[in-house]
Amino acid sequence: MTENLQAAVSAGVMSAEAEHRALLQSIVEVARAIFSAKASSIFLHDEEADELVFEAVAGEGSDSLIGMRFPSSKGIAGWTLVTRQPLVIEDLKEDPRFSREQAESTGYVPEAMMSVPLLHDERSLGVLQVLDRSLEIEFSLSQMELLGLFANQAAIALDLLQRARHARAVLAESGSDAGVVARVASALEDLDEEQREPVLRLLAALDDVLRADVSF
Amino acid sequence: MAEPEPKPERYTGETLPAWSLPAAASAEIGIGVEWPERVTREWALGGSTGDGIRVCILDSGVQPDHRLIGELEGAVALRKTDEGEIVVEEDTEGDLAGHGTACAGIVRSLAPDCRLFSVRVLGAGFKGSGAILLEGLRWAIGQGFDVINMSLSTTKKQFSGLLHELADSAYFRRSVLVASAHNMPVESYPWRFSSVISVGSHEEHDPLTFFYNPSPPVEFFARGVNVEVAWIGNATVRSSGNSFATPHMSGICALILAKHPELTPFQLKSVLYLIASNVGGAA
Repeated sequence: MTENLQAAVSAGVMSAEAEHRALLQSIVEVARAIFSAKASSIFLHDEEADELVFEAVAGEGSDSLIGMRFPSSKGIAGWTLVTRQPLVIEDLKEDPRFSREQAESTGYVPEAMMSVPLLHDERSLGVLQVLDRSLEIEFSLSQMELLGLFANQAAIALDLLQRARHARAVLAESGSDAGVVARVASALEDLDEEQREPVLRLLAALDDVLRADVSF
Repeated sequence: MAEPEPKPERYTGETLPAWSLPAAASAEIGIGVEWPERVTREWALGGSTGDGIRVCILDSGVQPDHRLIGELEGAVALRKTDEGEIVVEEDTEGDLAGHGTACAGIVRSLAPDCRLFSVRVLGAGFKGSGAILLEGLRWAIGQGFDVINMSLSTTKKQFSGLLHELADSAYFRRSVLVASAHNMPVESYPWRFSSVISVGSHEEHDPLTFFYNPSPPVEFFARGVNVEVAWIGNATVRSSGNSFATPHMSGICALILAKHPELTPFQLKSVLYLIASNVGGAA
């Protein structure tokens, strides 16, 4: 229960999901800008369903793709996830199967793709892709390194998002002591400074009472 | 969900001799290779086409009869049954991602007369992929391939012990395991083991140029940037990554082994060192 309580409280305090999504969004926006690319996406691996899910998209297709799922065995993203190896491919339109599948699922067929696994500790959490980078500069190992740096950042953000979701699930399930504490913490976060001050004083007083060696 | 624990048993039932060399036997352990005064590229692989060398592509499958690959000697796929058993079956689907085809094409381009075999360990999704990879490698070592190309790795520590044991088994049975180093700064296996030939990328264009790295764990750098590779649908694409440097090294190993089939993995690695572009093989 202690662990669940901690998770639930942290979910409340961090008012997690929206901010982590914003972080992921910012990563794909920057990746797209740095590589002068047409699009960039982050996929999360949903372990239960063994599927990849679009979590953040910048550029082409960004309106409709969030939440779209496909099997983790599919295509280059799936390969990247399973092998944990980055892969850069250009002239992709030559692959008829890829073009068809891609067009059917996303409506956009890239010519070039950089695909990198999002690794955190031992886990492969998902995949970051950059589509149709500017081909004015020939691909080099320094770009691969840059891609790896973005991937590290995205992996940390994705890990936080997963933890937050887990905490939220715990919270929803428990509905008991942990829920009350987390709701208080979350409500406190939403208050402006003026409103927060008296509530904090009240909580501090409650804290003193709880810490005091008093038997009720 | 956690991946299933790998089976802990040892790979082979090798009978163990006494690890010693009686005086009477010392004359009988000829090394079977006539080493020149100076090992050159010409001695090592000049004129070789990789004839007869069996190269296994442990990957996503290989498209049969791709125009840049031609005939495969065989193709199998590993699959997990509903009962959780991993089985090896004839592969009727070919390549599910494109990657194995790319690796096979690179090996073929360097060693046109080698015998290519595909072992598909990828494509059935993420779940259980580590266990399938291990079984695929175990199976490939059992088949006695001369060269096993592994352009993939796992970050799961739970697999590292068994992978290490398999890599050593391959080494002692003269199957050369050529494995991709990671493009990113993470711990992964089996490329970190010293019994394999680990490969990272360099940016030069010559497919036979490779460098020895005096600062391991990555031991060699081969061509891995902007490589024109075979792809699904008889296509080609341009690609980059250590995944594509590795089959370059596998192809070079096939060339050397075709000319010098007696070489053990240790001796082969010594030859690779001696003819590396930054050691003695710049010419």
